[in-house]
Amino acid sequence: MSSSTIMTGPAQRRRTVRKFINVVALSLSGLATAIGLFFLGAILWTLVKNGLAGMSTALFTESTPPPGESGGLLNAIYGSVVMTLVGILIGAPIGMLAGTYLAEYGRTSRLSSVIRFVNDVLLSAPSIIIGLFVYSVFVFQMKHFSAIAGALALAVIAMPVTVRTTEDMLNLVPQGMKDASTAMGAYPWRTITSVIYPAARSGIVTGLLLAVARISGETAPLLFTALNNQFWSSNLNAPMANLPVVIFQFALSPYKNWQQLAWSGALLITVTILILSIVARFVVSALNPGAGR
Amino acid sequence: MNTVAAIEPRHAAGQRLRERLFRGATFTAAVLVLVLLGGVALSLLKGALPAFSHFGFAFLTQEVWNPVTEKFGALAPVYGTLVTSLIAMLLAIPVSLGIAIFLTELAPPWMKRPVGVAIELLAAVPSIIFGIWGLFVLSPILQHHVQPALIAWLGPLPVVGKLFQGPPFGIGVLTASVVLAIMVVPFISAVMRDVFETVPDVLKESAYGLGATTWEVIWKVVVPYARTGMVGGIMLGLGRALGETMAVTFVIGNAHRVSSSLLAPGTTISASIANEFTEAVGDLYTSSLVALGALLFLITFSVIAAARFMLLRLERRALSNV
Repeated sequence: MSSSTIMTGPAQRRRTVRKFINVVALSLSGLATAIGLFFLGAILWTLVKNGLAGMSTALFTESTPPPGESGGLLNAIYGSVVMTLVGILIGAPIGMLAGTYLAEYGRTSRLSSVIRFVNDVLLSAPSIIIGLFVYSVFVFQMKHFSAIAGALALAVIAMPVTVRTTEDMLNLVPQGMKDASTAMGAYPWRTITSVIYPAARSGIVTGLLLAVARISGETAPLLFTALNNQFWSSNLNAPMANLPVVIFQFALSPYKNWQQLAWSGALLITVTILILSIVARFVVSALNPGAGR
Repeated sequence: MNTVAAIEPRHAAGQRLRERLFRGATFTAAVLVLVLLGGVALSLLKGALPAFSHFGFAFLTQEVWNPVTEKFGALAPVYGTLVTSLIAMLLAIPVSLGIAIFLTELAPPWMKRPVGVAIELLAAVPSIIFGIWGLFVLSPILQHHVQPALIAWLGPLPVVGKLFQGPPFGIGVLTASVVLAIMVVPFISAVMRDVFETVPDVLKESAYGLGATTWEVIWKVVVPYARTGMVGGIMLGLGRALGETMAVTFVIGNAHRVSSSLLAPGTTISASIANEFTEAVGDLYTSSLVALGALLFLITFSVIAAARFMLLRLERRALSNV
């Protein structure tokens, strides 16, 4: 900053410079937000444009076709729904129990802080690693790929999510309610199941919805657990088609009809997940405005 | 306790049994979390052992990846993983910081929530969607409009020019980095926003009272106060970028080599595993891929652990301030 030749003096000039920097920096941060929103818009726009072109009833009534023939995604949709549900049914109860331990029984114990830390690591661990893990402890031992292996991998991913949300939500329940129940002579399990769970119900449901949203788009852990299946299969002990892996294979194929199906599948998954995430938010704000953001 | 047991012995005994069962169930589930992480680490180590013992330290330093002659080295995937994540972070950090500043300090109240939710929704979009979008939309744009310009302008420069040599493939290291950046921005900005909101208003108001501009308040009060948490958020995003699979697999080109040019195809650890694992024949090939996975686990584990420690420290400080 050279000393000024401007008539208003150095202090005035410094002020102008500071204000100028202020405006530039703040505009840049507004620009950054615009960039973020732009990409969300661009991705959604591409999905809707390409995905809607392939929407038809055949999408929901026919199985994945060979190259060049018409077909739908029925087997993949079915597989995704089944594996996500089984994954949640295995992962969520365990996650809820573990979250209950962290929030109620072992709130301040040393073990709990270790578990919290490990859970956080699992929460952000690369999902392909989870796939490798389930492959080596399950698929490799069974000697074949199967839908149940895929569901297990999804359960491992859903579990830490539910642990975290359950603990957070149980912590929101006022201590007074717990004390009141204890004062009436209730054992802790009674207090937890009859007072704390009902009070935290919406929060727990939100956690479950977020866990479903998280696992229903996971691709990497399914690649070498559930694999894929071009045909209709409802056998949990055999490879099963699923939307993410079908999208992966079809999008990278040279066939136009497969690519179209990949786009439609991508639109289906994204819309489902966005709806789940938005509904989850509403459930929280209905329970406790301002708590869950 | 004795009186209760005397009045209703059977009831109390039943209660105590259920209490023990319930408590045991929650405890078992909690310990299962530990077992799970241990299991993941052990199974990776066990699977990786043949490759590590066969190639030794050379596994880390060799670029060759040849399934036919069964010679495998991790250099190219490790290099690709680190470089794509590094560039992604260079692109994502300023943008995330901008978003976090906008959401906490600038946006009018009616705008905060919808914009915040929109950015968070971007985080919920599954990675395969970013992959398919990156392949069909982003990479043609980069190939036809951005990369030729980079080659023309930056290519002739000394040193930096090395990074922008060769034909514009569209897919490659740079494209993968851009997709990764778009993916991690919502994570980093969400953490930064939450961290910024822990800054006590008194501090900000004092600075305003001294005549500071909004930017000066942010840069000299908010950011220094929130530094630890910001770094935690960045590391969390980095952990995400390092382990990301599908988005990268679509756009990186899957070539096992280390090129000086960012425009050339490359590969990452997760992309190699995703592409080759089901097709790998032979124990050594499979084991080498698992060994890659073990390396990835090691890298991401350290990054995530560091991030969590930093955020934890911040949480404690925020609690002690209340």
